[in-house]
Amino acid sequence: MRKEFKKLMVIGSGPIVIGQAAEFDFSGSQACKSLREEGYKTVLVNSNPATIQTDLDMADAVYIEPMTADIVAKIIEKEGVDGIMAGMGGQTALNICSELAENGTLDRLGVTLLGTQPEAIAKSEDRELFKETMEAIGEPVPLSRTCTSIEEALEAVEYIGRYPVLVRPAYTLGGTGGGIAYNEEELRDICGRGLAYSRIHQVLIEESVLGWKEYEYEVMRDHNDNCIIICNMENLDAMGIHTGESIVCAPCLTLSAEDHQRLKTASLKVIRALEIEGGCNVQFAFNPENGDYRLIEVNPRVSRSSALASKATGYPIARVSAKIAVGYNLDEIPNKVTGTTSAAFEPAIDYVVMKIPRWPFDKFRTVDRHLGTQMKSTGETMAIGRSFEEAILKGIRSLEIGVNHLDRMDASDEEIEDELIHATDRRMFAIAEALRRGWGVEKVSKLAQWDPFFTTKIDNIVKMEQRLANEKMTPELMKEAKDMGFADAVIAKFTGSDEMSVRKTRKDMGIIPTYKMVDTCAGEYEAQTPYFYSTYGRTTELKRDKSKKNVIIIGGGPIRIGQGIEFDYSCVHSVMALQDEGIDAVIINNNPETVSTDFDISDRLYFEPLTLEDVLNVIEAEDADGVVCQYGGQTSVNLALDLEKALEGTKTKILGTKPDDMDLAEDRRRFSKLMDDLNIEQPRSGTGYSFEEAKSIAEDIGYPVLVRPSYVLGGRAMEIVYSTDELKTYVETAVKVSRNHPILIDKYLSQAIELDVDLLCDGTDVFVGGIMEHVEYAGVHSGDATMVLPPFTLTESELAEVLEVSRKVALGLNIRGLMNLQLAVKNSKIYMIEANPRSSRTVPFISKATGIPLAKISTQIMLGKTLKEVGLGSGYKTLDHYAIKASVFPFLKLVGVDSILTPEMKSTGEVMGIDENFDIACYKALVAAGNKLPTEGGVYITVNDDDKENILPAAKSLYEMGFTIYATKGTSTFLRNNDIPATTVFKVNENMGIDGLSLMRQGKINLIINTPSLKSGAVRDGATMRRTAVELEIPSMTTVQGANIAVAAIKVARDQKLGVRGMKEFHR
Amino acid sequence: MATNYLVLEDGTVLEGVAFGYEKAVSGEVVFTTAMGGYQENITDPSNCGQILVSTYPLMGDYGITDSANQSDNVWIAGLVVKEYCDEPSPMYNGRKIDDFLKEHKIPGISGIDTREITLKTRDNGTMKGAIVYDKANIDAVIEDLKKMPEYPVENLVSKVSCKTAYSVDNGKDLTVGVIDCGLMNGIKKSLSERYNLKVFPYDTAAQTILDAGVDGVVVTNGPGNPAHPEIMDTVVKTVKELSSKTAIVGLGLGNQIVALALGGKTSKLKYGHRGTSQPVRCGTRIYITTQNHGYAIDEASLEGTGLVADQININDKSVEGTRHKDLPIITCQYVPGESSDTAFVYEDFTKMMEARK
Repeated sequence: MRKEFKKLMVIGSGPIVIGQAAEFDFSGSQACKSLREEGYKTVLVNSNPATIQTDLDMADAVYIEPMTADIVAKIIEKEGVDGIMAGMGGQTALNICSELAENGTLDRLGVTLLGTQPEAIAKSEDRELFKETMEAIGEPVPLSRTCTSIEEALEAVEYIGRYPVLVRPAYTLGGTGGGIAYNEEELRDICGRGLAYSRIHQVLIEESVLGWKEYEYEVMRDHNDNCIIICNMENLDAMGIHTGESIVCAPCLTLSAEDHQRLKTASLKVIRALEIEGGCNVQFAFNPENGDYRLIEVNPRVSRSSALASKATGYPIARVSAKIAVGYNLDEIPNKVTGTTSAAFEPAIDYVVMKIPRWPFDKFRTVDRHLGTQMKSTGETMAIGRSFEEAILKGIRSLEIGVNHLDRMDASDEEIEDELIHATDRRMFAIAEALRRGWGVEKVSKLAQWDPFFTTKIDNIVKMEQRLANEKMTPELMKEAKDMGFADAVIAKFTGSDEMSVRKTRKDMGIIPTYKMVDTCAGEYEAQTPYFYSTYGRTTELKRDKSKKNVIIIGGGPIRIGQGIEFDYSCVHSVMALQDEGIDAVIINNNPETVSTDFDISDRLYFEPLTLEDVLNVIEAEDADGVVCQYGGQTSVNLALDLEKALEGTKTKILGTKPDDMDLAEDRRRFSKLMDDLNIEQPRSGTGYSFEEAKSIAEDIGYPVLVRPSYVLGGRAMEIVYSTDELKTYVETAVKVSRNHPILIDKYLSQAIELDVDLLCDGTDVFVGGIMEHVEYAGVHSGDATMVLPPFTLTESELAEVLEVSRKVALGLNIRGLMNLQLAVKNSKIYMIEANPRSSRTVPFISKATGIPLAKISTQIMLGKTLKEVGLGSGYKTLDHYAIKASVFPFLKLVGVDSILTPEMKSTGEVMGIDENFDIACYKALVAAGNKLPTEGGVYITVNDDDKENILPAAKSLYEMGFTIYATKGTSTFLRNNDIPATTVFKVNENMGIDGLSLMRQGKINLIINTPSLKSGAVRDGATMRRTAVELEIPSMTTVQGANIAVAAIKVARDQKLGVRGMKEFHR
Repeated sequence: MATNYLVLEDGTVLEGVAFGYEKAVSGEVVFTTAMGGYQENITDPSNCGQILVSTYPLMGDYGITDSANQSDNVWIAGLVVKEYCDEPSPMYNGRKIDDFLKEHKIPGISGIDTREITLKTRDNGTMKGAIVYDKANIDAVIEDLKKMPEYPVENLVSKVSCKTAYSVDNGKDLTVGVIDCGLMNGIKKSLSERYNLKVFPYDTAAQTILDAGVDGVVVTNGPGNPAHPEIMDTVVKTVKELSSKTAIVGLGLGNQIVALALGGKTSKLKYGHRGTSQPVRCGTRIYITTQNHGYAIDEASLEGTGLVADQININDKSVEGTRHKDLPIITCQYVPGESSDTAFVYEDFTKMMEARK
């Protein structure tokens, strides 16, 4: 039965971080829609502007505000909220709700917590309570003890009786700070960290179940105590590797019916014991030797796993959870997939689902790649096939890591063996390689602790490689290879052909993919929801109304650093725009976390890899009228030229900017020429095919120069080098330079202002949606930079020139739709850095800040409308408020990455602070990004010589606010000479008096301003201090400009009470 | 790898790869949506005579182990899969499904687009079909299939029921008479956890059962059409006689037999319920149940029989269980048990028996 509420609040999960990615945009958006269709008034809170859920029409009021308990309390009060949905925003939302419950705010304001209750949160999150609860219902958990000190941890190991033990901190995301200790030394180390990260300073020391199998159950319960299992999932990797880091298949494949019944019964007991009404995830360790199991973890909310389960089965867990939370029972909720049945059933699937994590090690060359109990992956792909081999190979080519198969590994036997035992992101490749070397399924399985069932499947793939290489191609062989998921390009490689020839041969043989439906019921009932995957079956289920036009939008694939949720946002908006025009919008994507792959977003959804082959197949099956390549980030842009070539002579058009014009923007030589023609300055540049060449170019241009390999995009391995020595180090350690792999060298404009411009162009008019000024000087990747919309230091004439340059470039490139420009301003001169002929990372941010839906309008332009027709024409959107974009970084989870800002992107997500007052907007952005900005205490300042003069105003302001200033020798002398009292601290290795690290550990430092010396390389001075700051969560400003806005923000926060404002209030 | 064919009465011919035992067979082609439990399914007497299509594309992944058998035989006529596993997970030390089928002389066909058959069956209703090895025979087989009667002529229960009565003493207080219409081991185990069993062939007379000194009677699961003349003449008649004299629980086919015995009617479902996720409503509760049947009770026909359909399938509204208004009779169409919250069927039956003691 539906309960009455005046207004319901849905709390989002904030910025994308490792362990909390787009899955909560998906679940929060579903929840909002689910509640609104029941007629409730809703309020949404999330600091992340790149989400669909923060769109104005997702809720009656949308707040983009920092995700803290006191801010949320203010919104509750202002809006008159009387019910909160806590379970849709991951750990972030649960923690906020727990805090609001504990401090009495909920009682004071008369607010009901819906769905997951604080007691259930405590029972599942607090290790000791969890253990007690499970023991009370007779379900086994690993032997364990809760500890609040290292001494207690040592006693706990004595009680358990043996190493290794697991260290699990309470109340953290994605296992932050956890680990496996094999001896006392490691225990002390890991415990120290774990205690520091835990919100309640508590860790659990636990019996090791390493090497056991890991199974997961997604369970749902309603108020009438009806329970269903949505899906079960099996980790290919044994216990010891976080489930977010494991390759996972659904359903469980190696579990007998009897054991499934045991685990199912246990799951039902658990969800009842916790009295959860809604979705819940239960994780088991299962001993393959004797069938013993242990309950490992329960998530009393929607989760990454529930998003995966929703996509894997078609069962919308978040939507149903939201309805249960407001009082409906399962049988009262319709199953939208079939349209005829209810939500009270257990999905049956008739395919194999494979989830593979996407790790950021391509970006972070210095990070330890080993997988363990802490998450390092930023995203994941999901693939669906009718065989295990097909699912895993489709999953691999969805990863966007430059491989389309279990490629060969160039490694020694010893290295392979080590890889099998100590897994990294490369283990699946090592398994295949070991099998190729004839190690046999048994040995490989033993080393990798994989069930031989899975290893055998990889072996089948290896055997097929050999058959392709040795046998004559026949229709039978081709069919078998395609059944196993081999890409045409891979078949080409093994048969000495090329992709397009194989494609032709295959089609001539009549072997073309069929599209099967994901329908929650294995075909038992007719489904309404068009959610498809490809397989090489006999019949296809795709039926479409040919009288309607259809346009395919190519998605962005897995979330990785450089290509985040922002692209999914734009894809979804493009879908909406197409549907508004009465066109069938078709999505191809493979990211199970996102909104774009929710089956009720598009008219048809294809869960597929985003390679040329897979995309062409869908285009042909759909007989598409158009394809859109502008929204899926670099993934879709990179396909544009090849697609155009392959589609020549067919009716399918690539909409928007022509692929050749896209190439004009992407190709450095062609682009430079265009800039010359347009009379637009560019930093001087050159391409070096050897170190000698690079050296002479750099010397000619003049150091510092920006260097990067030519064959990777997105700022990977991009560095600023200041001398020939550094250039030498760069080519020796980071990037091999050769005839085939040249490096690109650009003049680095030091102390230049950098701008990002996002604009719309229809060929005649150019509308600039926003110009964002970076707070940090040029040289910090635009994905990491703090950005201000509108610009806060540009002069009128500089602004006018920026608009003029933008207009010239847009028209020069024949842009039809969106384009992003990166410009630098130095000495009032405008330089072109790069042009991206597509929707950019900042499109959702601008759209939120200005209220102009850029991605939608861009789609309208692609369909032939003009800017004038949509009411814009040429122009520039001015604002009477400031929106600040701040980035969040994975430094805490990824040991080995220096927390400084460089040309290489490191952030995983972003937040927005918005206010009429610039400083308040900055404050909100910085706090929302997780910086615990102090209002009093100590500041540690250590800046390089170039920055000393510039840091004076900030230091002075801090001193005047009463902060105690600590500084290293050079900096402190300089400050004192300028009348700012400062206490000198020493570096640890100086062995004198007070050192900075000790002060930090003692809690005397609440803010750090540290700008490292201008020098390239992985290890720079102050790295240890920065690492410690990351671990102690002391806010660190690593640029002078960043420090300035932070100090001004602190000042304004001290002086006035901060209010909250809904987004509609900004766009009246 | 030999080629064989799955042939359907509508003329559909699918080429596959043979596994199991090489033997041409025909039967009703039905699909099960269960994602695991393949061994349980093929050894369940309720599936006797059917060509079983697994909607899950992988088959035999964790092997075959004795403990999973639901009877001593493989009862299906043939097995249709996308892919069978020749190297199962060693976790249970199980055997290969291929060997198991060979041993029981049951044919299999793999490499089939099983979803295509499932959708056809869903849209057109259950079809007759055959597994054929000789390509030249296909046309003749299709003609034969077309001529085959819609309802199985054979009395399938007689094939799967025990031939002689036997007892199982479990040291319990209550003793139940079990009319074996195709008793599966799962139900036998649940009964044995609660009662002593006296198991009778399906055609045992009512008086014989009563004379054995039982506290109540279980009418078990089983295959085929409950309204088959030979069933009407035997079990249905027996249950009719017993209905006024003892407590009765009807499970699966037993559910339908009890309804027929009390004057109700049954009919064939379009494509049956086979799988582990059939949702059943009983009051405010919903149970996700395991089922395996092609026939169901007509709800309207229960008017005046004293039986009330108190359990209904949420999806197609078919009758999933009944209770008698006055007599100690309870029935359900599914396999009751803890993992589906439906152990209450046994508990209620126990109370009925205790009340009569």
